[in-house]
Amino acid sequence: QVQKILRERFCHHYATGKLFGIERQYRHLLELLKRTTVHGESNSALIIGPRGSGKTALLNHVLKELTEMKQVKENLLEVHLNGKVKGNCQFFMKNHFLSGLLQTNDKVALKEITRQLHLENVVGDKVFGSFAENLAFLLEALRKGDRTSSCPILFVLDEFDLFVHHKNQTLLYNLFDISQSAQTPITVIGLTCRQDILELLEKRVKSRFSHRQIYLMNSFDFKQYIRIFKEQLSLPAEFPDESFAQKWNNNIQHLSEDKTVKDVLQNLFHYTKDLRSLHLLLMLAVSTVTVRHPLIAASDLQEASKQIRMDSKANIVHGLSVLEICLIIAMKHLNDVYEGEPFNFQMVYNEFQKFIQRKAHCMYNFEKPVVMKAFEHLLQLELVKPIERPSVRAQREYLLMKLLLDNNQIMDALQAYPNCPTDVKQWAASSLSWL
Amino acid sequence: MSTRQQSKIIYSWYGNPMSSDRKLRTLQYKGIIIKSERSRTETCIQLGDFILVEGENADQPFVAQLLDLYEDGAQEKHAVVQWFSHITEIPQNKRKLLKREVSPQEVFFDQVSCYDTDIAVETIIKSVMVIPLHLGEELPVSLNKEQIFYVKQSWDGKCFKALSPDTFSKLKEANKKGGGIPNSSNSFIPSDIISPVKKERERVVRSATKPNNVELEIESKHSASKSSLAKERHSQRVAHGTKTPTARKKLQLNSPTRSKGRMLGCEVLELLDDDCDAVAPLEPSATKRKVKFTGILGSPPKVPCANDKSKSICDTAEHWQRFSDTIQLSPYSKVKECSEKAKNLRTKDDTISLVGHQKVGSQSPVLTPRSRRICAQNTSARIREQISILNTLELNQEEDFLSSSDDSYSSSSEDEESDVLCTPEKKTKSSRVFSTPKSRKSSVHTPAKALKKTPLPGTPKTPWNATPEIPRRNHATQKPASILEEARLRLHVSAVPESLPCREEEFQDIYNFVESKLIDGTGGCMYISGVPGTGKTATVHEVIRCLQQAAENDDLPSFQSVEINGMKLTDPHQAYVQILELLTGQKVTATHAAVLLAKLFNTPGPKRKTTVLIVDELDLLWTRKQNVMYNLFDWPTQKHSKLIILAIANTMDLPERIMMNRVASRLGLTRMSFQPYTYKQLQQIISSRLNSVKAFEEDAIQLVSRKVAALSGDARRCLDICRRATEICEFASRKRTPEIVRMAHVTEAIDEMFSSPYINAIRNASLHEQIFLKAILAEFRRAGVEEATVQQVYHQHVALCRIEGMQSPTVSEIMAVCSRLGACRLLLVESSNKYLHMRVRLNISQDDVMYALKDE
Repeated sequence: QVQKILRERFCHHYATGKLFGIERQYRHLLELLKRTTVHGESNSALIIGPRGSGKTALLNHVLKELTEMKQVKENLLEVHLNGKVKGNCQFFMKNHFLSGLLQTNDKVALKEITRQLHLENVVGDKVFGSFAENLAFLLEALRKGDRTSSCPILFVLDEFDLFVHHKNQTLLYNLFDISQSAQTPITVIGLTCRQDILELLEKRVKSRFSHRQIYLMNSFDFKQYIRIFKEQLSLPAEFPDESFAQKWNNNIQHLSEDKTVKDVLQNLFHYTKDLRSLHLLLMLAVSTVTVRHPLIAASDLQEASKQIRMDSKANIVHGLSVLEICLIIAMKHLNDVYEGEPFNFQMVYNEFQKFIQRKAHCMYNFEKPVVMKAFEHLLQLELVKPIERPSVRAQREYLLMKLLLDNNQIMDALQAYPNCPTDVKQWAASSLSWL
Repeated sequence: MSTRQQSKIIYSWYGNPMSSDRKLRTLQYKGIIIKSERSRTETCIQLGDFILVEGENADQPFVAQLLDLYEDGAQEKHAVVQWFSHITEIPQNKRKLLKREVSPQEVFFDQVSCYDTDIAVETIIKSVMVIPLHLGEELPVSLNKEQIFYVKQSWDGKCFKALSPDTFSKLKEANKKGGGIPNSSNSFIPSDIISPVKKERERVVRSATKPNNVELEIESKHSASKSSLAKERHSQRVAHGTKTPTARKKLQLNSPTRSKGRMLGCEVLELLDDDCDAVAPLEPSATKRKVKFTGILGSPPKVPCANDKSKSICDTAEHWQRFSDTIQLSPYSKVKECSEKAKNLRTKDDTISLVGHQKVGSQSPVLTPRSRRICAQNTSARIREQISILNTLELNQEEDFLSSSDDSYSSSSEDEESDVLCTPEKKTKSSRVFSTPKSRKSSVHTPAKALKKTPLPGTPKTPWNATPEIPRRNHATQKPASILEEARLRLHVSAVPESLPCREEEFQDIYNFVESKLIDGTGGCMYISGVPGTGKTATVHEVIRCLQQAAENDDLPSFQSVEINGMKLTDPHQAYVQILELLTGQKVTATHAAVLLAKLFNTPGPKRKTTVLIVDELDLLWTRKQNVMYNLFDWPTQKHSKLIILAIANTMDLPERIMMNRVASRLGLTRMSFQPYTYKQLQQIISSRLNSVKAFEEDAIQLVSRKVAALSGDARRCLDICRRATEICEFASRKRTPEIVRMAHVTEAIDEMFSSPYINAIRNASLHEQIFLKAILAEFRRAGVEEATVQQVYHQHVALCRIEGMQSPTVSEIMAVCSRLGACRLLLVESSNKYLHMRVRLNISQDDVMYALKDE
């Protein structure tokens, strides 16, 4: 099962090896960092690109090359590079309700920087002292350095847009200010996916930022996409079992010319240019490979793509009981009648009753509490959603709701629904005229 | 607290008026009595005595000779003094003139004319001894160094001179006279005072559970936090109180090992005496523990010097902290030195140090001699270096101390105080508790410890000796190789130009303003505004630099400059802390710093220099009550403040917009605004920076400056563009010989920096993303509202797909597309929990989208 090792290598995003179509940006960033390390020049830059466009990969590649290059050139600089610190301050602020949290984050970021710089006020692995003390200490430390003698520092701010929300943007101001003054040489690199990031910066912070923006776009066309697909799947030359590798690679070549595969890829490409989704697709396909089924077939890819493109809500509808389906159809009719206005349980129940009385022959007339129960189940599945939070005062029957499904979805799901009573189907298909 | 204490001190004239001046309506006296109600001590200071005068920094009182005492018409008591300068008061650059080491006990006869010699009597702390010496003479070694100062040379603001013979003799005479008086100023302690103290003490010793005890501790902590100003009297009381009978009692218990204890005692004494050089080492009200210690320490000098009690003035907490490093060190070195004499103790120490937990050691750096030792042992190699320096110094002094403590011991049988010397033995006992396998914490709670507990924070504090420093680089930076690299270096914003072109007028205005205030010795405010990148801060720095140069050349009175930046503060109130730290080096809390600063600026400081305070990013000092800004601008209006404030901010009408009337009125009307640079100025800036380096085409520079001037007039931007252009140029001409930057390169750099990313982003989006945008446009057009729900857009999307003949996407896919566009902020979307009903809006204009999609 050597292939399994291989697919792991493929589908972990970090080791994907090559970068595609961003040679220019790569060169730019490399030059920038080289100047910082060699000349001690301070800089600041932003790498902007949509999610999955390889921002972090680009940076990692540049850093790797930088270290290697110095090692090749002379050993002296290598030590100096080891002294370089990557201040990767990453925060995911899920909680936006607490404004105090924002300030804490600047505080935490500061402590993290101090820790990573191994300054002398670090006790063990922890940093103590108040926020103000720490800030003063760090600034003092950075001020003492100068261009020629201190070790350059690289700050990498991942999810840069979140730092923008910190109070007063103190951290950013100070970092940019240092990068614009004759202090310790630092380079600040921010990674973000927001195109409007510059507008979020405060005017003083903005003035201090050097306005270097490196844009990453997935600017390749479909031919390149196919090539990437091939490269991602093919085995490297140093694979132990050579004959198998040959066979595998031939198969991949074959696949890339196959019509169905091309269709699948084209669809995905139209849908998104993100390489991560391609990886996901390949991952699903490769996971079907076993001893008995050693090569990827076109059908595997098709299957995988189907899996990816599945509609989640419509899937839920498949698992519902007939009563619940009926309720959803009733809601759909209500939506049609009232043009998307919200409804409550009572209305849905009335609609259902009408259907039972007039048309239903095979449907059993359920008690109201039973219908209520079914309705609440839908609520739990988030197929319907209350407009306002349920309060103590409003009765549950009269709580205003909205349906979270589209008509098309309902009809599609109904088509695929097994053993659906015909009159229910008819009812769903019928428009207002049946009244 | 400080006012309360001041009220306890009564200044009254000694004797009747000697003479009176009708014209000036002054009455002159020959002496003054300082009476402290709390400790019932009375000190008499007469004309010709040497005195300590409160300075702006509480741990650095000024030394002066009392020349005249008078009461003016308003019944205010005044004194005329002859100043003596401490070495720390002499500017750094002039100290070199001395060409020798100066001991902390040495002062200089001050002949600087600009100092105000008329002071208020209330600022006098106590009397000291000042002994004149000839230049060649060594300082005599004395026991109470902090009480005696030596004067060898005079200082007139420019150079040092030997004392003239008549001043010398005058001083000598005054000294003799002064030597006689202290007897009369001997303080007395009524026994009824001492007994309650004693009771308190005993209670504390007995148990730590009584609430009174807690109260006591709290009180002591409380006072510790405020210990800095005018605490001398209070601490005096404490010092007296701490010659505690209880301590004495304890001593008698362990007489068998007295000799060893004595050894230890003198060590402790010595280190404290040595390290807290300037004034007495008595730690005022800082902590119970420290107090106890100081009680012990203060006593030996009393043997040789009877009048010591009144003089046993204590140092402030800040002082203590400053020196705590060295204090921590010295025991360790001492242990080595004394190892032969006190072998037993030594071995004990070792075991303790093994048992002692490292952290606890650092937590309580001033607990007992032993814990200090542990602490010292834990300190790093850096400290060791300092030890070696200290060792030499201390070795000399140790001998003195040995002999002196021997003396005191011989007389100890009847002298109470010298018994105190043996207290360290008691501590040996308590430290034995440490060496038991019990956890350190529990031992802390033993009664003996409770007394000694210091109010140190529970967490290990940042070491005081941490030096903020970035590691050095191991490889030298490369010198710029080509013209372009050279140009890039010069164009970096951080490069300091020789002069600031295009700001000459503003420079002159600010310079004149500060200069005139400096010469007048008054205070004032100036408000400077301008958009970012117009050289406000740079100009102000340049002004300060020039003024400092002028002051060095003695064209102007010397001054101090302090800078704070609102953006570099975590909280507006931290401004106080920073200012105080920059002025005096003290580290205190914000509220306390505010009090200290207010006192500093509101009271007439005798020898204070003018302070120039630069407040950058003023708008961030805004608080709801605006008290920070109010205080800042209120100080210069005080009569004695000698404070000049240069406030910098971006908005021209900041005073009107965010300040309350009372703040704005104090800010005054001296305002200046920096206009954005015009293209000609920008051009001049670039060319002056480039100087002789020929790296740019003239037209290229002009293009950049015109472009930037039209947008913002931000010089930083301008320089950044030029720098980027050199990079592009270098990149383009990699193969061939390096050329100069041309128009094309500059245009490319400008495009790179100013182009809107949106269009490009849309063009590079995937097909469905583009269709989704189209669907949004269609929906907007249909509904006539610039907002739609995803459901509506979805219908449009499906319709569009049908037209294009493509497979229509599922809702899940649409949701993913939508969230991706939302993450790039091409769209503004609601939180996704509304699913189909979440509303979508474009973040860019519809025309832009149309334009971007049309070319396809």
